[in-house]
Amino acid sequence: MRSGPWKGAFRPLGGEVVVSVHSKWLEGSGPHADIAISSRVRLARNLSGYPFPSLLSGPGAAQVVDSIGKAIRSPGVVKAAGILHLVEMADLPLIDRQALVEKHLISPQHAAADSRHQAVALRDDESVSIMINEEDHIRLQCLLPALQLHEAWRAATAIDDALEKELNFAFDENYGYLTACPTNVGTGLRASVMVHLPALVMTKKADPVLGALTQVGLTVRGLYGEGSQATGNLFQISNQVTLGVDEEEVLAHLSNVAKQIIDQERELRENIRRSQGERLRDQVGRAYGLLRYAHVISTEEALSLLSQVRLGVDLKLIEGLDARQLNQLLVLIQPAFLQKVMGREMTAEERDIERARIIRQHLGGN
Amino acid sequence: MLCQECGKRPATVHITRIVNGKQSDLDLCEECARQYQQELGIKFWPNFSVPQFLASLLSPDVSWEGSSGAGHTKTERQLRCQECGLTYEQFQKTGRLGCSKCYQYFGEQLRSLVRRIHGHTRHTGKVPARGADTIKVKKDLERLRALLAELVEKEEFERAAQVRDQIRALEGRL
Repeated sequence: MRSGPWKGAFRPLGGEVVVSVHSKWLEGSGPHADIAISSRVRLARNLSGYPFPSLLSGPGAAQVVDSIGKAIRSPGVVKAAGILHLVEMADLPLIDRQALVEKHLISPQHAAADSRHQAVALRDDESVSIMINEEDHIRLQCLLPALQLHEAWRAATAIDDALEKELNFAFDENYGYLTACPTNVGTGLRASVMVHLPALVMTKKADPVLGALTQVGLTVRGLYGEGSQATGNLFQISNQVTLGVDEEEVLAHLSNVAKQIIDQERELRENIRRSQGERLRDQVGRAYGLLRYAHVISTEEALSLLSQVRLGVDLKLIEGLDARQLNQLLVLIQPAFLQKVMGREMTAEERDIERARIIRQHLGGN
Repeated sequence: MLCQECGKRPATVHITRIVNGKQSDLDLCEECARQYQQELGIKFWPNFSVPQFLASLLSPDVSWEGSSGAGHTKTERQLRCQECGLTYEQFQKTGRLGCSKCYQYFGEQLRSLVRRIHGHTRHTGKVPARGADTIKVKKDLERLRALLAELVEKEEFERAAQVRDQIRALEGRL
């Protein structure tokens, strides 16, 4: 369902996939949705009998895409995953691939794919995506809103079971699922939660609290994964170890740690509200004002102001806005998305102007 | 502390070299360290990435005893996967294995790297149902044998006998 000012703004992305901001994970509802934006579970799998993608020849890679494509259309997988649309990367314009990165559906490396036989399969609501021939033959991802790691895992493991009935996965008794990079071997599971932590950052507790996570086998990254900065007070917390621990343990651990961080964030927000209420109201109000009336704005500035506004909405200092609208803006203001909306390539300056226009339109400024 | 080489930028790279038993310390800034990486026999990576980090973990080039890779025997350097042809040296450069058989052919070398990454070398998670019946049976057997030992220890012989029968039945399936 499209709503508001974007009605009809998006054109087909190529193949059957459409660029829209109606990914399931942007819904903004579910457990702890005020702080946890999304939960992701990713499984890495490889077909036995083929080299890993980096050493795979053209014909071999084509066979891998073909077998996985067939498996995806099998009744068992359709039952578990729903209908998945398969698109070869080479058939997608670069800008569309970039838009899929901005929606966290494929990796930047996959978007940069220059050969044929690299593909992505997507469910309509984008809660399920499968990258084919990225670093591994299969990278299955389930992405849900709020803190729903176990739900995402249940979906992913059911799809994995169904795929496994059609395909022969490379598996070793001792090493578990075999992957191209030894950092993924074993369960092949990478689970992550994206959390919004403005109060932890404001009180300078983000570094010590998040830094300590490495000691319990977790890592922290920014909004766009490996190497990206934590703009807009958004952090991704994920597991590091994939061998010697079972999936449920990993998920329970990550979930517990995420809950503890969420509790801390909530407590700090209350403290700030109690001790510096007017200052907080001022800060949030200024951010809201800037976003509603600015005419040129960079991604970084927009993300940082949106973080303040989100805090204002969570603390009921701003009325008439909800988490879903703010989540959609997170994606809509990204460079490739803006250019998709406009239907043409734009300079950085043009994007800053268009970004400000979209935000004004969305937040009811003028 | 300022860089010993240029004396301008802060020293962020600290290197201790031991050559023929003699220790020398160097404090360099990123830029100077990068210029000297060849000479120092180190790999310097300004943009951190997992594969590069992995590669450096076992790379002979980070050996401090000269840049000839002393300490690594010839056989280690020539490890090659008989399935896909990837050498261990190539894996060290990219951090990516070539195929699932590399895990066998790179044997103990790879195992020790995996242990360093995960702290374990044995998978305890999900097992594929298809084509892996024997794996499931073996894992069950392992669990039951441990249980049997525990029951015998506690002198719970009746239950131990039941478990023993279960083990026998499973062993018949292998």
